[in-house]
Amino acid sequence: MVIPLSWYLIVSAILFGIGLIGVLLRQNAVTILFSVEIMLNAANINLVAFSRYITPSAISGQMFALFVMAIAASEVAVGLAIVLTIYRNIQSVDIDKINIFKW
Amino acid sequence: MLAYYLSLIVLVPILSFIILVIFGKRWGDKSAYVSIAAVLISLGLSIKALIDVLGGLNTKVLFTWASIGNFHITFGLLLDSLSAMMLVVVALVSALVQIFSIGYMHGDKRYGWFYACLSMFTASMLLLVFAPNYVQMYVAWEGVGVFSYLLIGFWFEKRSASQAAKKAFMVTRVGDLGFAIALILLYINAGTLDMDKLFAMHFVPALAATISILMFFGAIGKSAQFPLHVWLPDAMEGPTPVSALIHAATMVAAGVYLVARSYPLFEKGPVSLEFVAIIGTITAFMAATIALTATDIKKVLAYSTISQLGYMMMGLGVGAFAAGAFHLFTHAFFKALLFLGAGSVIHAVHSQEIFEMGGLWKKMKITSITFIIGGLALAGVPPFAGFWSKDEIILGAYTSGHTAIFWIGILTALFTAFYTFRLIFVVFFGQPRADHHGGHVHESPAVMSIPLLILGFFALTAGLLGSPFVHNAFQGFIAPGHEAEAVNPFVMGLSIAVALIGITAAWLKYGTQVLPSNVISKNNPIYKLVANKYYMDEFYYYVLIIPTHAVARFILEFDQKVIDGIVNGVAKIIAVFGSGMRRLQTGYVQNYALFMLVGLIILIIWSFRFLGIH
Repeated sequence: MVIPLSWYLIVSAILFGIGLIGVLLRQNAVTILFSVEIMLNAANINLVAFSRYITPSAISGQMFALFVMAIAASEVAVGLAIVLTIYRNIQSVDIDKINIFKW
Repeated sequence: MLAYYLSLIVLVPILSFIILVIFGKRWGDKSAYVSIAAVLISLGLSIKALIDVLGGLNTKVLFTWASIGNFHITFGLLLDSLSAMMLVVVALVSALVQIFSIGYMHGDKRYGWFYACLSMFTASMLLLVFAPNYVQMYVAWEGVGVFSYLLIGFWFEKRSASQAAKKAFMVTRVGDLGFAIALILLYINAGTLDMDKLFAMHFVPALAATISILMFFGAIGKSAQFPLHVWLPDAMEGPTPVSALIHAATMVAAGVYLVARSYPLFEKGPVSLEFVAIIGTITAFMAATIALTATDIKKVLAYSTISQLGYMMMGLGVGAFAAGAFHLFTHAFFKALLFLGAGSVIHAVHSQEIFEMGGLWKKMKITSITFIIGGLALAGVPPFAGFWSKDEIILGAYTSGHTAIFWIGILTALFTAFYTFRLIFVVFFGQPRADHHGGHVHESPAVMSIPLLILGFFALTAGLLGSPFVHNAFQGFIAPGHEAEAVNPFVMGLSIAVALIGITAAWLKYGTQVLPSNVISKNNPIYKLVANKYYMDEFYYYVLIIPTHAVARFILEFDQKVIDGIVNGVAKIIAVFGSGMRRLQTGYVQNYALFMLVGLIILIIWSFRFLGIH
């Protein structure tokens, strides 16, 4: 049996939603970074699925997904460095305690 | 070859200016030698130019300065008898004043800058003298104005000096406005500003008179004629050698030079010459009366300068062209001498108040003798320089039928003799009046006394060049067309008589105790009028300065209330907006993420609804 495209999209949408809720609701900065990763991977699934189903002869979606992974890796590197700095300053990674960028 | 050495006359002082602006601070006292060497080169070349002119040379060297389409501005060097005479006077007086300043300015902290200014002033003045067209003349005219401003305000730490400099600059600017309008009118009507072309043209007398009178306004400002004379007495705040060079011998004579140079234009509208004569007469008389009551040695000389400039204008106005130019020539020497003598006195006693001096004759022989020579020349005693030229002017007024001007001229000569010898008797004779300088007064050093001796020599002899003994050689040289008047025994006798009466009266009043010291009450209304300089400064204060301040204050109010109000209002509205909007900035990163999400959703919905993306 052939799995239809819409299944992939549903999985991707669920993953994206989970990531989004994580970003908006969790207080731990590291968890938020993980959630961002989940959202990126949801996008990757979409890219690969569309590529496979719509233009099977080209692998442009797959290539794009690889780039997203590389960028996600570097983003995590920067993000974790920031989190580390925050931890050094306030001995916590709870982002509700870092609300100094305001009026 | 000719063009070379003529341009060097102007270029060498400019070069000295540039050198001194760069190195003046480092070289300090040595700066003087650069400037003096430059002016001596100019003097040598000027004398060569004068000799060439005496040999019959009469030339014009032209360079193109700027071309705009068909419009060419030329820059040139005009050499004729009038300019050659002025070149030598300017360079000679400048050289002597600069040598004198070595002693007078000794130890001043801006020594280099002083000489730089003197150099550039000399260059501007020489350029003015050389001008063959009015554009160059105007440029040089403003140039001497700028350096006069800088030198009056040389000791700008003193508030009175910086204010005097501003006053001089602004008052002369009023006259320059007239000059500028005259040049615009000339260009509109004649299409050129070259003097020789203009003088050959035909003008309607009314137009020529209008232009000439407007041009004369420039001369009124620069030569301190009534009613714009108020800046010159204040200009005495500058160093005394500057007063001698700029405010007695050369720059103030620029106005007279302008009228003399433009004489053919004035002759095309004869009304303008009457105007010149009347202004000159008023100036001569008024300034002489003020000088009678002034008690500051430099102020007396300043008013006497104004008065003598009035004589020159009177001479030019009544048609005695050569006599006016002759008086310009002799006055430059004896007035520079008197000012340098005053500088020598001030250097010795550190005061300018004549009633704090006295008895200097015994202590300063050279200064006293040369000052008295200058005084005799100013008072118009034969055979000193001032006599011949002043007598020529008064004679010119007499023969041309200006009876009122003639008698006022005679009366002014009487006052001149009186105030000059009042000064001499009070300063050099009698007993020292203040003790604080009693023991220390001594003759000035040689760098100061030698220029006095040289100028004294000229004050004694320069007049003889134009005297009847040599058949009025000077007048024949300057103005071959204008025949010198024959000697008139009545005029000459009267002129000598009033000079002697004036000197005797001064002697009776100040040299002896014959006349009581309160012969004129200090409460006499006429005395008060004169001692307060005819209330001219007060007049300007109430008529011009106060209304100007009122207008300025109103505009300030308008600017602060209305213009600034609009600007501040706009800023305030934005501030109000901002203080509301800034509450969105909570500092919680997740709030921002939520806003982004909400914004994104709104964008998506909007694009589906309104852009029709399906």
